[in-house]
Parts: sequence; C-alpha cells; structure tokens
Amino acid sequence: MMAIPLAWLQLVREKNRLLVALAGITFAAILMFMQLGFRDALYASTVRLHTKLQADIVLISPQSESLVAMESFSQRRLYQTLGFEGVASVSPLYLDFAFWRNPQTRGTRSILVLGIDPEDRVLDLPGVGQNLDQIKLPDVVLFDQDSRAEFGPVSAQFNQGKTVATEVSGRRVRVGGLFQLGASFAADGNLVTSDLNFLRLFEARPQGLIDVGLIQLKPGADVEQVLKDIQSHLPTDVQALSKQGFIDFEKNYWATSTAIGFIFTLGTAMGFVVGSVIVYQILYTDVSDHLAEYATLKAMGYANSYLFSLVFQEALILAILGYIPGFALCLGLYDLTRNATALPMIMTLGRGVIVLVLTILMCSIAAAIAVRKVQAADPADIF
Amino acid sequence: MQLEPVIAINKVNHYFGKGRLRKQILFDVSVDIQGGEIVMMTGPSGSGKTTLLTLIGALRSTQEGSLKVFGQELNGANPRLLEAVRCNIGYIFQAHNLLHSLTACQNVQMSMALHKEVPEPVARQRSEAMLKAVGLGDWIHYYPQELSGGQKQRVAIARALVSHPKIVLADEPTAALDKHSGRAVVELMQSLAKQQGCSILIVTHDNRILDVCDRLLHMEDGRLSLLNAVPAQA
Repeated sequence: MMAIPLAWLQLVREKNRLLVALAGITFAAILMFMQLGFRDALYASTVRLHTKLQADIVLISPQSESLVAMESFSQRRLYQTLGFEGVASVSPLYLDFAFWRNPQTRGTRSILVLGIDPEDRVLDLPGVGQNLDQIKLPDVVLFDQDSRAEFGPVSAQFNQGKTVATEVSGRRVRVGGLFQLGASFAADGNLVTSDLNFLRLFEARPQGLIDVGLIQLKPGADVEQVLKDIQSHLPTDVQALSKQGFIDFEKNYWATSTAIGFIFTLGTAMGFVVGSVIVYQILYTDVSDHLAEYATLKAMGYANSYLFSLVFQEALILAILGYIPGFALCLGLYDLTRNATALPMIMTLGRGVIVLVLTILMCSIAAAIAVRKVQAADPADIF
Repeated sequence: MQLEPVIAINKVNHYFGKGRLRKQILFDVSVDIQGGEIVMMTGPSGSGKTTLLTLIGALRSTQEGSLKVFGQELNGANPRLLEAVRCNIGYIFQAHNLLHSLTACQNVQMSMALHKEVPEPVARQRSEAMLKAVGLGDWIHYYPQELSGGQKQRVAIARALVSHPKIVLADEPTAALDKHSGRAVVELMQSLAKQQGCSILIVTHDNRILDVCDRLLHMEDGRLSLLNAVPAQA
C-alpha cells in the first residue's frame, strides 16, 4: 500500500494550507525551545559560580536561601573544620551586592562583589588566577567582562590600556583586570576582589563573619565521610554541603521558591497546547475536505485502519517538517538572546530531542482527535 | 447446467429509521444475477434502487433475508468480511469520486494497491493499460481537475475494472454525461465486462442505454419486478 504516498501527496496538493500548518508548528516549536532554553539558562546561570568554586565541601549558614540571600556566619566554624580528618585547607568567601557607578554615564547599578583570599586559588574562572596579585593592592577589583552592558564599556576601555576608575558603594576603586563569569538572573554583573578590599567596601559588616566557607580535602579523602563528620560535630549554626549539594541547593531555590521555574514550564505547556490546536485545525479541515474521497476508499475495500494511518502519517510529516525550521530559527534566536542578555542560552542535544518528541506528541494528539472524523466517512452515503 | 449465481438475493427487507419513524424501504426483494450478466435497474427516485445497490456492495449491513455475494452470506457478516467482499467489487458512482491529490494513473492504482499479491510495477502497467483501454492513453498523468466530466467518469470506470472484479456496480454512470459520451461509456463498460466475464448491475434513468443490457429490472416502492424483454424506447 506504500506504493502511492497518499498522505504526502494530499499535503503537498494544498500548498498554502501546508505552509500555514508548518508556520504554526514551527511557531509552537520555537515557543517550547525558547521557554525551555530560558529555564535551563536560568538554572545554569545561577549555579555557574558554584560549579567554579574550588572546594569539596561548602559551609553556609542554615538561614541562607541562595546566593542572593546569604546569611553570614562566624569564620571560626570554618577554621574549626581544619581539625577534621581529611581536610587539607580552608578559605573564606565573602559575597554581597554593592552599587557600581557606570564610569561613562555616572548611573549606578547593583553588582555582585566576591571577596576571596588572594593567597588561595578558590575561583576557577578565566582571568582570576593570573590577576590575584592585582587585588592584593588596596581598592583594586577585577571586573567580569561578561557583565551586562549597563555597567559601562569597562572591558573595552581596559583592553585599550586605559585606566578604569569608578566608585563602588561610594568608595573609589580601580579595575585591575578582567575575568569571565557572566550575568545571571540574580546578578547583572560581578566583581572579584580580595577579602581585605571587600571589607573596605562594606565597612558596616562586622569583622569575622563570612558568607561561604570553602573546604578542600586531601587527595584520596572520602567526601561523604568527612561531610558526615563535620555535620555531626559542628553546631547547628552552620550547614555543611558537598559541592554538588551546594549546586542543588541553589537550583532548588530558583525552582521552588521563585515563580520562575513554574512560569517557564507553563510557557512550554502553552506552546504545546497552541501547537496542538493549530495542527488539529489543519488536520480536521483536511479530513473534512477529503471525507467523500475517504468514503470512496472505504467502498473500494480500504479498512478504517488505513485511513487512520493516513491521518497519523500526515501528522508525523507535519511535525518533522515544522520542527526543522523551528530548530534552525532557534539557533539564531538563542544567539540573539545570548548576546542581548549574557545568559548561557545554548542548544543542547537533550533539549533538541525533548522538543522533537513534544512536537511529534503534539501532532499525534491532534491527529487522534481529528481521526474520529474519519469514522464519519460512510461509504453508503456516496452513492 | 445451472451455475451458482454471483449475487443471490432472497426475501430481503430493509428499513430506515428507528421506532415510530421506522420506514420500510425494500419489500421482499428476491433476484439472482449470474456471472457475465449485464442487468439494468430502473425505477422512480426513492424507490430503493440505491439502497439495494449498497446492500449488494457490502456498504450496508443486511437486516432481513438472505443476501449472498460470491456465495458469502452478508446478513450478519462481520466488518472484516464486508471489507474483503468490497475488494472484489468495482464501483462506479454517479459522481466520479476520484481522489483529487492523485493523477489519473495513481487513482486507478489505488484500486490495485488493495491486491497486495500484485507487485507495484505490474500494478502500474495494468493501470496504464486500463487507462489506454478507456481511451485516456494521453491523459495518464493528469489530475482529475484537468479532465472533462466524461474523461473523469472513464477514469472511474478504469479504476472499477482494473482489478478484474467479478461484479461491477454502477449508479447512474451516465447521469452527468451528454448523450454521445454517455453511450460511449456504457458500451465501454459492456465490452470490457464481456472480456473479463464479470457481472454488471447498472441503476439508471437513462432510456438511451437500456438496449445494452441482458435483463431489465424495475423497482417501484421497494418492490422489484422483472421486465423480461428489453422494452421499446419509452
């Protein structure tokens, strides 16, 4: 029966309708791609810093909710962990938001400031390691060149050899180098400086309180075992997490404690529903137009199952033909979004497959509804 | 020697509607049609001709009485059997009912595609040969909307006959045609049917073609009567 590809011939016979159908499916695929892309970019951007921390175990305050809502705790707790079997070294990390004055427009904007001990290599970010000597100088900071453009043409000016000096929290600072991290939903831009410079910027902060404690283990030490030891022996005013646990902790905050995860999942569902309705409309019209022909086929001896498979074949062809331009356009749109927002919007194989499956599912559901109409084709009516 | 008739209808009654609206359409219809016979059926509109045709064609379920096609009882037959019977019947409709998305040749091939034992290239050759036989050798790859009414009807005839059915059922095949092409179409059916030895049952109002048939049946108010001789032109 495959000698004549009737499903394909029927689709291409009505070229305008085919184009409208494909446009609709492409639109739905793009909608799903963008929503899922935004969601994953959000998660990836919020944990990008976490994944770059050089630590096996992380200490935070139990009252901390996420990187943007950290409670500080006494650094004594961090130094206490040096006494545990397997711990090699510890290093504090200070985090806070400050107002950065755009050196060009003089406007201010909130920026995330990271304070590290310049003697320790705790941030595995391009540009940080080689500039540690710079931040040992007073009031010198490293600027994230992937920050949003609103912070001013800092990296351009710096690369031209100009001295970039501006104010952070009302204190005059100089940019001593550039590094790469990127904007996230939480922070539009990032600065790295030394712990001493950090405390100079945030004078109101009491000394001796840190935001994150980074613990590095000796080679061969069992992370789970050390983690258990620390958890059971330290008081409950600190919380110890593995590095992966810290990443999950952050993701979990954004997924459950904010509307963002829900919104993008809902957006994806909307794309799915819109696509299903469009495909259903197209298939229903197609079946209605061909009802007399289908009845004729039945009279000739074709079974209902042949006509069902005809409709599903059409749905599958539409799904795949609509998905391809959707995929191609999304590569461009991801690029556009990445340049406009500095968010890590990248096409992954997994997402490509998920959207393809969703598109096929969408068309199959539409076909399953439209196919009921085929049963109405009564061969006795056409005589 | 009496052969078993291709179509054997015995005391068939048929009703439309349910409950108080139930209306009897066919009354006690009995007729046998032998292999190779060309039978025409006339009668006023609404007398039940088309209903009888759809019963024979296994497009409706037989309700009362016995209706055998190729010796198969259709009363109470399951849908699978009905589909199988349909595959061996050629239909020619009043409207040509061709598939618009397919060329003339592909339309004819759709009928061959049901017979899976015939390989695709053979099916294509036979389809083309059949279109040549109905005089459409130059129109094989045209779409239905590019053909005239008579040509479309001839494609429909080619489609009905290409798979060599034992029975051809035709409902007013000449209604949409002018006198000349109507006559040509019926003579074509007659000659092809004689070659292939199949039975033809034609429902028609067209007096101009009645002389082609072997036997003339008349349906009136759901009752079938046999007009033994071919009548004089009315």
